[in-house]
Amino acid sequence: MTAQVITLTSGKGGVGKTTAVANLATALAMDGKRVVCMDGDIGLRNLDVVMGLENRIVYDIVDVIEGRCKLKQAMIRDKKLPEMYLIPAAQTRDKNAVSPSDMMRICNDLKPDFDFVIIDSPAGIERGFRNAIAPADKVLVVTNPEVSAVRDADRVVGILEAEEKGSPLLILNRLNPTLVKNNDMLSAEDVLDLLGIQLLGIVPEDENVVIGSNKGAPVVTDAKSRAGQAFRNIAKRLQGQDVPLMNLESQGGLWSAIQRLTGRK
Amino acid sequence: MNFFTRKKSASSAKERLQLVLVHDRTDLTPAQLEALKDDLLKAISKYIEIDPEAVQIGLERDGREQKLVADIPLRAVTRNRAG
Repeated sequence: MTAQVITLTSGKGGVGKTTAVANLATALAMDGKRVVCMDGDIGLRNLDVVMGLENRIVYDIVDVIEGRCKLKQAMIRDKKLPEMYLIPAAQTRDKNAVSPSDMMRICNDLKPDFDFVIIDSPAGIERGFRNAIAPADKVLVVTNPEVSAVRDADRVVGILEAEEKGSPLLILNRLNPTLVKNNDMLSAEDVLDLLGIQLLGIVPEDENVVIGSNKGAPVVTDAKSRAGQAFRNIAKRLQGQDVPLMNLESQGGLWSAIQRLTGRK
Repeated sequence: MNFFTRKKSASSAKERLQLVLVHDRTDLTPAQLEALKDDLLKAISKYIEIDPEAVQIGLERDGREQKLVADIPLRAVTRNRAG
């Protein structure tokens, strides 16, 4: 078995990268895949707390790189899913403690034992971002339907193309179907047209996401949550399954509402 | 504000982003684009008579490709051929 390395990045901070990493990793592990996720944000560790594993950390990625522990010792096993692991970021070290070649080496060591390695890139386009994309077989760009997030996502897509990382796939996070319907939020079509990349999935805005983070239990474990369903669908697509987009009852606005009322749709 | 004429914010978001992204991707500021236009018109005018008022030059997007699109109408010439 050789793992596929997938990096999630965004340019702008706060669009939901870490939440998406925690949810996709959890959904893949729930599907029986062997998954390890890596927090690439040296100095601003947070994937551990979103996954509810913050109390189990002994060693981190910089300890591995600087030889203070073996790779296996820094891998924290999930509380509920025995085939899911987290390699935490260092909290106190400086960012230059990790290089792109360190990331490649760690991923190569992990590949034989896993199906997926999922890397959470830090915001920005500096060293941490370069580290996170270096070992990636596939890059997913996360954005929100907001001007600042879309602009930064476009910068990241441009850099990925220049680095010949191939065209990334888009996760559009926190779409509010009501605002889209009222034409007060960019639609998925708008964002795809602007960025010119392929869509992997749309995650609707859902208060259960915050509730899940609060509990350290990613929202995919909530069977009723809409966002959870969206992330489970994305995880299936990453496994090569053809899962249709969820109906968000938003696209088309007034006209589709009239069509529904008149029974034409 | 009149409900029927209010421009919805998603449309302005998209229009503004279209412009911003074109300049981000080409690393060309609006001022540089103006300078490019002037130079281009000067160069063309050396060889052929054009109507500077009717010229349209701008950056356009096609997927992730950027294009410099120029529409340069030539001034009608009365040909004064000998013979």
